[in-house]
Parts: sequence; C-alpha cells; structure tokens
Amino acid sequence: MVPESVSAAASLPDPFVPQIYRVGRLRRELHDTVTLELAPSAGRRPAFRPGQFNMLYVFGVGEIAVSLSGDSTDETHFVHTVRDVGAVSKAITELGTGATIGLRGPFGVGWPVEAAEGSDVVLVAGGLGLAPLRPAIYHILANRVRYGRVVILFGSRNPHDMLYRHELEEWRQHLDISIEVTVDHAEADWHGNVGVVPALIPRATFDRHNTIALVCGPEVMMRYSASALAEAGVPPERIYLSMERNMKCAIGLCGHCQFGPTFICKDGPVMQFARIAKIFAIREV
Amino acid sequence: MEGLEHILRQHPFFADFAPEHGALVAGCARNHRFDPGDYLFREGDPADEFFLIRHGKVALEIVAPGQAPIVFATLGPGEIVGEAWLVPPYRWTIDARATELVRAIGIDAACLRGKCEADHHLGYEMMKRFLPVFIRRLHATQLQILDVYGKKR
Ligand SMILES: Cc1cc2nc3c(=O)[nH]c(=O)nc-3n(C[C@H](O)[C@H](O)[C@H](O)COP(=O)(O)OP(=O)(O)OC[C@H]3O[C@@H](n4cnc5c(N)ncnc54)[C@H](O)[C@@H]3O)c2cc1C
Ligand code: FES
Repeated sequence: MVPESVSAAASLPDPFVPQIYRVGRLRRELHDTVTLELAPSAGRRPAFRPGQFNMLYVFGVGEIAVSLSGDSTDETHFVHTVRDVGAVSKAITELGTGATIGLRGPFGVGWPVEAAEGSDVVLVAGGLGLAPLRPAIYHILANRVRYGRVVILFGSRNPHDMLYRHELEEWRQHLDISIEVTVDHAEADWHGNVGVVPALIPRATFDRHNTIALVCGPEVMMRYSASALAEAGVPPERIYLSMERNMKCAIGLCGHCQFGPTFICKDGPVMQFARIAKIFAIREV
Repeated sequence: MEGLEHILRQHPFFADFAPEHGALVAGCARNHRFDPGDYLFREGDPADEFFLIRHGKVALEIVAPGQAPIVFATLGPGEIVGEAWLVPPYRWTIDARATELVRAIGIDAACLRGKCEADHHLGYEMMKRFLPVFIRRLHATQLQILDVYGKKR
C-alpha cells in the first residue's frame, strides 16, 4: 500500500513565494497553543489532504512547517494549531485577528485515508500530535460507512493540558467510534485512564489482520506506539507515522529535512513504519 | 475449584496455560470484589497476594509526604495488579485502589511461590508470563520519565 501523494506544490505558481494570508478566528487551546484560521487575501485556498503541512512565514521573523489541523472540505480557510516552542512559533501564537502571514503549501504526503477504506482504523495521537490527525478524523467521520471499526487513542501529559478537549468529548458521543484518552499522570480526582498511550493499544479492539494505524506525536511516543501496534499484530506496512524534521525549501531541493535516504518534506511527513523502522532507531538520523 | 480454574483459564494472562498448571494455580486462587475506593493493597503491606482483574478499573498510586496521591497507571480487565510478591522483601511499594467496582481473582503469593519452587516448569511458565508485563511497564515508565509532551529546553 502506498501513501497518497499530492504534488500540491505543482499547482502553486511558485512554491518558493509565500502567498499572503489573513488571520481570521483564533482560539487559545492551551497556555502555549493556539489554533488559527488563515484565509487567502486573494483567490481561493488550495485543496489539501489530511496529513499535509504548510510553511508559515512570519514577516521579519522566519518560516516554519505546520500541519493542517482543520477540515479539508471547508474551502474558505486553512486551520493550523501551533505551539510556542521558539521564535517563529511564538510569533505565530501572538498574531491577532486581521494580521497577515506568508504561506506556502500545502506540501507533502498525507495520511492514507482512502487506502484505509474497508479497514479498521486505529489513530494513535500524543499531545500536539492530535492536530495533524484531526483532518483525518474529520474525513473518517464524514465518510464513516467506508471504514470498519474506528479507534482513537489519545495521550496527554495531564488532564489540564489536553488538546481539543471539547471535541474529544463530542467525538465520544458517536456510538460507532471508540475513543480512549489517557494521561501520563494525574491526581486521584481524575477518573479516566492513566499511563502512556502505547499501553492503550493492547486493550483496544480491532482486527489486526485488517487495520491501518495512523500515529502522530513526539518521536519517542511514536516509536513505542509503533512497537506496541506491531506486537498487537498490525503489519509494519500498515502502520503510518508523521515525521518532523526542520524544513527549509519544503519541496525536496535543499536536503534540510533529510531522514536516512528520504526527505521528509516530499516523501513524508506521513511515512510507512516498514520503510523507516531501521533508521528510526538511529539517534543521529 | 472447577469454577475458579475455568475463570483463570479465560483470563488473558493464562491464555494457553497447560491444564495441569491451571489446576495448580487455581489451588492458590480466590475470588474478590472491591467497591469503588477500596484498596487492593497499600504501600508497606505484605505482598501476600496478587490480582487478575476480571471487571473494573484499578489505579496505582504513589504518595509523597504532604502531597496528594499521584496516579501513575490505571489497569483494567485482563491485566494483573502487583509484582512485589515475586521478590523479597515481599512488600508493596505503591497503593492500588479500585476506582470502580472491581471483580478480581487473588492468587496467594506464598502458595504460588511454593508451587513454583516445587515444579520448575510451572515456575518458568509463570516467569514467561510475568516478564513481558514487567518489560511493558518498564517501557511505560521510561516514556513517562521522558515527559515527551513537555517543551524541549
Ligand atoms: C511536517 C511538520 C509538521 C509540523 N506541524 C506542526 C504543527 O502542526 N504545530 C506545531 O506547533 N508545530 C509543528 N511542527 C513543528 C514546528 O515546525 C517547530 O515547532 C518549529 O519549526 C519550531 O521553530 P521555532 O522558530 O518556533 O523554534 P526554534 O527556535 O527553531 O526551536 C526552539 C526550540 O524548540 C525545539 N523544537 C523545535 N521543534 C520542536 C517541536 N516540533 N516540538 C518541540 N520542540 C521543538 C528546538 O529544538 C529548540 O530547542 C511541524 C514540523 C514539521 C516538520
Ligand atoms: S526541506 Fe528542503 S529538501 Fe526537504
């Protein structure tokens, strides 16, 4: 099975030139994390596939890769969820409604949401990793009949730092998806699961022979989750991870995002575990 | 005994267990019911029994003096609670609390240790089943220590 690739870059006039976008609605998700709607100042926003990313350019500060976190069928704007970890991401989380930002994209290979039709789908997210998976969740919910069992497993540091908490509660109301949330640690008044997200995998119900797993989160969490999925019987070629490396050109030219023999920007960010399992564990890569 | 042996064999921990071993372990087993808030065991108590959860959820807690208890894991049906019964000094180092109605099978530790000592095949079977549980918990602890969802500094 090959991930679905879109050469979105080809549909842009010049993939190096940022287009001007305007910040619309903003939502502070957590103390350091903001979700922004970005609408093009002219024309329509390009199509994107769940799992792809844009390069967001704050004028005078710099440019970073950020995954799409909104609904791919909503054609008015892009949605991004950004956590402040450094200069550029901080500047993005501080933008106000009406501010302008440069945007290139969408780029990269997304989640295999179409190839997963007819299979059970297990989505494993850790922390901010729920953001790049959210468009896949919207897609699956909108096309629910095309999938077998749908299992969402989400891990967070504690009950207070939980991304998209209201939405998780909403998804929980669906009778035809199963959602388990866990936190790394909690005080005794938390009645949910405690423990790391890979520990939820052996407890989940899915057909290991016919499951596609989509995993996103910090790299170590993905490594443990992929191992737990493989141990549960999911073949490595049916486990997909979204990888992160620093990016510059985002179109496979500069080599900044090299990961073993692959470039994350054009061969990823979503990659088959079978393809990267060997290089995944090498610390220097 | 027949009933307990049957229940034990249904539990994932004893999947594919040889019938003669099942009968030996059942000889050390008894049924338990814990109401929400009940403790299966508390830190410092003798680790004289471990538990196979059949229904309900158990929170494992650590208490630091002067602080609220921290829950570091919850366990559910099909999982086992308690490892300290395997190694001297056989004392619990954590609290295990039922967070909902829990039905469990308790295995008497001294009884099982004695049977494992007398029948090394049984002992080796038990070790083969416990070791993966330990390893998984060790990995989980490593991941928790890394605090992967925190900011990189
Ligand atoms: C394909 C792809 C998709 C991404 N999607 C998102 C997204 O949806 N939302 C989002 O907020 N970020 C996302 N990122 C990460 C984002 O690009 C980085 O956080 C950003 O490049 C950091 O740049 P900076 O200037 O803010 O911080 P820098 O000054 O470059 O870094 C500051 C500090 O943060 C650390 N750091 C860098 N990246 C990360 C990271 N990913 N997590 C934790 N610490 C980090 C650095 O090691 C450094 O110590 C994505 C990255 C890639 C490659
Ligand atoms: S960012 Fe330039 S090759 Fe990937």
